[in-house]
Amino acid sequence: MTATPPLTAPRGPKSPPPAAAAAVPPGSSPWQLARRELARRPAVKVSLGVVVLFVLMALTAPWLAALGGWAPDEFDKSAVDPYLGGLPIGPLGGISSEHWLGVEPGTGRDLFARVVHGAQVSLLIAFTATAIVVLVGTAAGIAAGYFGGKVDSALSRLMDLTMSFPSLIFMIAMMSVARDVNRIVLMTAVIGLFGWPGIARVVRGQTLSLKHREYVDAARLAGSGPWRILTRDVLPGVLGPVIAYTTLLIPGMISTEAALSYLGVGVRPPTASWGQMIAESVTFYETDPTYFLIPSAFLFLAVLAFTLLGDALRDILDPRGARSA
Amino acid sequence: MITYLLRRLAGVLGVLLAIAAVTFVIFYVLPADPAAAACGKTCSPERLEAVRHHLGLDLPLWRQFADFLTGIFTGRTLGTGQYALQCDFPCLGYSYENSLPVWDLLLDRLPVSASLAVGAAALWLVLGLGAGVVAALRKNTLTDRTLMVGAVAAASLPVYFTSVMLIYGVIRIAGILPYPEYHDFTAGPVTWAINLLLPWIALALLYAAMYARQSRGSMIEAMAEPYIRTARAKGMPERTVVVKHGLRSGMTPILTLFGMDLGGLLAGAVITESIFGLPGVGRLFYGALSTADQPVVLGVTLMAAFFIVVANLVVDLLYAVVDPRVRY
Repeated sequence: MTATPPLTAPRGPKSPPPAAAAAVPPGSSPWQLARRELARRPAVKVSLGVVVLFVLMALTAPWLAALGGWAPDEFDKSAVDPYLGGLPIGPLGGISSEHWLGVEPGTGRDLFARVVHGAQVSLLIAFTATAIVVLVGTAAGIAAGYFGGKVDSALSRLMDLTMSFPSLIFMIAMMSVARDVNRIVLMTAVIGLFGWPGIARVVRGQTLSLKHREYVDAARLAGSGPWRILTRDVLPGVLGPVIAYTTLLIPGMISTEAALSYLGVGVRPPTASWGQMIAESVTFYETDPTYFLIPSAFLFLAVLAFTLLGDALRDILDPRGARSA
Repeated sequence: MITYLLRRLAGVLGVLLAIAAVTFVIFYVLPADPAAAACGKTCSPERLEAVRHHLGLDLPLWRQFADFLTGIFTGRTLGTGQYALQCDFPCLGYSYENSLPVWDLLLDRLPVSASLAVGAAALWLVLGLGAGVVAALRKNTLTDRTLMVGAVAAASLPVYFTSVMLIYGVIRIAGILPYPEYHDFTAGPVTWAINLLLPWIALALLYAAMYARQSRGSMIEAMAEPYIRTARAKGMPERTVVVKHGLRSGMTPILTLFGMDLGGLLAGAVITESIFGLPGVGRLFYGALSTADQPVVLGVTLMAAFFIVVANLVVDLLYAVVDPRVRY
């Protein structure tokens, strides 16, 4: 895309958001601004809380599930009614002191244990894929912006090409042809493969605007090599937008993982993931709505919380919203 | 302008070629054996070899790819001897599953996916821009916050959840709409729209938030410009100020977004089509995967890429219309 319109062109220097600027003493660092802004918005506080909760849940999954007393693949035939086609015994999908979130129809597997382990799989894939995307995207963006010339045109072509791939269709196809490999590793790689150009463009724009600032020129005159300039002078300058976009990438990754698992090309049973649990429960939406609602609610909350948090971080760290699409 | 267009068209061809090559390598090199799929379950080794030869799978990969490309532009003869099949321009090969030309299969399914995409796109534009503009005009009020959080919440619901809930609520409980069944637009626009209404809503909810956010930001920026004050000062009705001077200048980023989203959807929404049972390209693709029907998979992927690339090109050309400052 050679004809970038002026409106999405690289942005100038960052300025603090006007709303926060009024209340904040001059000279506050971006981190102070960020903390103030977070404290000002209740929705952000709640979503930050939810995010922390989900991360803790994923980190402590085995122990947390052990608290409930069931392993994710443990059958409990006493919790389902064989005369009702294996529907859970008791109201609300078999929610009881024994099974905190009810059980799976047919097998009687504990939903709490499965949802918690599902969080681990979903977040592991989403976080790792995001990390790949951010590392590759930032490196490519900085290189394209700083070195310019042939490096820039080669990298920009590659970004355009990657963005022209019908990514979901491609991911589904790649996941379904690959057979005997670790599904989690494969999925992380496949999801990560298509995500990097977005962040690379943002970083490239930011780098372009930074590279001729006085302090960078000063560093160059003082004899710093390109590596030192890139890591010490340019990288800190692009970090703000990168952090905001990283947070906004995560919900997309969670959704993609869930969609692939929902379609049956993602994580394979018996490993639990939210998308796959929803796919299994979809036929029960009328007879056992709790079974369908629980994994959906977890997926929804995780995506929503990460999006709201990312939106707020973007407002703070990248106020002009340099979303070059 | 003409040179620009020619250069862009060359770029489009290059991108498509690259995507075709990558797709080709992935699907013809990776484990799944197309010959075994075409030959069926009871297949002797000799017959498998014959099928492999017949399909040209014993040729080196670059020859297969070259033949495939030639086929797209000139048509080609598939197979040999008495089983030879003439595959006319634009030849994307024959489905291993039902021996129909891939091109015909795609053309057959395209109206369904296109109807789904276009209707949903219209709906999310109205919802997204509406919410964005209202939120921008009431910046930092309760209305603004509610609209924006609501939009994000709607987009956070997975489309399979929204779809199932719509089917349950609107079709099963309320019984207002029939279960979606695709009817051609030519058979009557009303029947067409009624049957596609729920899939449209499900998809639009997913996409609208991005547009709401983007248009809110652009509008806030635009309404602070001095020319808005000028327009108001000369006594222009507020409505005209908002629509003609505010909204129009904020259209460029939205246009970019719209091109990418619509282009990506035209070649099928796999999940939505599956849940609502719509016979579109997405479902064709999903079915072809489970039977390792490579020609169909390759065909759908190429078509999807084609739409994305063309949509981007159209968007870039439209910039000049929306924003008079852009010249090529």
